[in-house]
Amino acid sequence: MCLAIPGKVAQIEVKEGIRSGRVQFGGISRLACLDFVPEVKEGDYVMVHVGFAISVVDKEEAERTYALLESMGLLESELAADEAAPAES
Amino acid sequence: MKYLDEYRDARIARALAAEIRRRSSRPWVLMEICGGQTHTLMRYGIDELLGDSVDLVHGPGCPVCVTPLEIIDRAINLARRPDVTLVSYGDMLRVPGSDTDLFHVKAEGGDVRIVYSPTDAVNLARTLPDRKVVFFAIGFETTAPAHAMTVLQAERFGLKNFSLLVSHVLVPPAIRMLLGSPKNRVQGFIAPGHVCTVVGCRDYEDLVREFRVPIVVGGFEPIDLLEAIRMLVLQLEEGRVELENQYVRSVQYEGNRPAQEAIARVFESADRKWRGIGSIPESGLFLKPSYASFDADRLFDLADICAQEPPECISAEVLLGHKKPTDCTAFGTRCTPDKPLGAPMVSSEGACAAYYQYKRHLVTL
Repeated sequence: MCLAIPGKVAQIEVKEGIRSGRVQFGGISRLACLDFVPEVKEGDYVMVHVGFAISVVDKEEAERTYALLESMGLLESELAADEAAPAES
Repeated sequence: MKYLDEYRDARIARALAAEIRRRSSRPWVLMEICGGQTHTLMRYGIDELLGDSVDLVHGPGCPVCVTPLEIIDRAINLARRPDVTLVSYGDMLRVPGSDTDLFHVKAEGGDVRIVYSPTDAVNLARTLPDRKVVFFAIGFETTAPAHAMTVLQAERFGLKNFSLLVSHVLVPPAIRMLLGSPKNRVQGFIAPGHVCTVVGCRDYEDLVREFRVPIVVGGFEPIDLLEAIRMLVLQLEEGRVELENQYVRSVQYEGNRPAQEAIARVFESADRKWRGIGSIPESGLFLKPSYASFDADRLFDLADICAQEPPECISAEVLLGHKKPTDCTAFGTRCTPDKPLGAPMVSSEGACAAYYQYKRHLVTL
């Protein structure tokens, strides 16, 4: 129920006073109401829940977090190398 | 897909799990509130990846599971009326009411429609002016702004044939009740990232201060959850008690202001009954008196419909994190997704359904 999926806002339109956007989720696109994200621009990513965008994905924060996580991935390969090395007696 | 695939990277997941196992000196008891998060944990086998470094218990964050039996009965009552079109999310159709479910009412000729978005229900009311269209509005704070918006849209379009059957619940009062219980053993919480996307973090900061319990706002992908668990374990090992936000790409401290304004315009809070758990103070949202003309409970005189829970189902214990689904004697035998005793076996977010779907029953049978 509380799931929200990230999608890219391809096109913004206003119809009967409601601001909505065509949002691409991989190969699928759907209309989503953009009234809760007035700052959104075409090309931004939004989190969509039951047809409503509830946030604009913060690109810099996402990349910063991911870079941090990636460095942990490297850490793992170092650990693996440690485990593979013969134990010192 | 961007912002999904990278948070499912097995290499990073293994590194995070190794770090958690290394840093954890005892099996810390952690609870994820949201049923969506429960499913991610089970689907990707994160609990197995972590071994006994943490004990993951599952919280009450499944709106389908906590919708009281009598509200299901009210929805069934509405769906049987010849002049009503009942519109619902798909998950609600198989949830057992006292004597049947919406799926069977639909099969018997009741006009029950499934939608993806509540705006589809508003559109239906516009295209079917002779039908009384009732939307079954269940959910937590994440969904409340969308439901508020349908009322505002219906008002703007001058619709007289649209109403909501509201069963809205709020997360912080439920956490407060869990932490106040003498049976509580949870030492840290993963707060629901999309609820916080809407309402922000302030209420959770208050809980951290009041109960001296670490809370990390977490996302929904495997890497998000592992990262949130790591942050909780580090707090517990270092003796810190803080509110931290793992899900920074979606959650801002203040939350989403326009969404909060929509909720505040249409809804007000009051005590609400949770299925299997009972009444929790100030834990529900109800339509304000100024929007009474959109309130199905008042329009159709449904308040007298009450119900008793079936005794065998231990869903209350599961929803409170006191027991796991596999502790139930009916699990996987007398209770399955095809023939559920309780809602947690039906919902795509229910803990019992998660254990069943990802084959945990095979271990215990």
